[in-house]
Amino acid sequence: MNRFTVTHDTIALDAFRRGMDDPSCGAYVQFEGRVRNHNEGQPVLRLEYEIYEPLAVKEGERILDEALARYGVEKAAAEHRGGLMGLEEVAVVVGVSAAHRDEAFAACRYIIDELKIRLPIWKKEHYASGEARWVNCQRCASAHDQG
Amino acid sequence: MRVKVRYFAAFRDDTGCSEEFVDSAGSTTGEVFEQCRSRHQGLHRHQASMVAVNDEMAQWDTPLADGDEVLFFPPVAGG
Repeated sequence: MNRFTVTHDTIALDAFRRGMDDPSCGAYVQFEGRVRNHNEGQPVLRLEYEIYEPLAVKEGERILDEALARYGVEKAAAEHRGGLMGLEEVAVVVGVSAAHRDEAFAACRYIIDELKIRLPIWKKEHYASGEARWVNCQRCASAHDQG
Repeated sequence: MRVKVRYFAAFRDDTGCSEEFVDSAGSTTGEVFEQCRSRHQGLHRHQASMVAVNDEMAQWDTPLADGDEVLFFPPVAGG
């Protein structure tokens, strides 16, 4: 069973958390990435994620394996949602079960940081003004300027 | 050499298409990207752009073979 999954529906947080139960673990850390109502001064109405699933799942599993090996935690899992979602909805969840809290916090942080920079996932912000823009476009724009 | 090229997110907007076949004289992912740039004026390779070949992450100097599927990824923004 995959520990990294992609869904196009509301993330089932209760089921996700139940899947992380482990009697050998005294610590469980969960991170939820949620849709916020602003970015760089612009009011945001909703977000849209495009996910290239075959490679996102493969690379996501790899990141979870790295976290298990690096921090010696018992269980690690994550789910990312694709498609359109509204304010306060959960776009990504990461869970880590470990014997103790230090490694659970560290592994959870590692996983979310790596997911954000390595998975083929793109975020489009829809603004109150009616405009929509792929996030990271400013980086693209500055790359254009540098030729 | 004939390869299938796929564009995602902002790259799809830049090129106006999601995939196309390219007959390439070049032999690496970077060379094929340059050829695609000459077809599509809006297409630029940003510093954080990534490339994959046959569903495995690759580099910009990864060699290609006839029939490969090349995936061009603009800067990612998960989470």
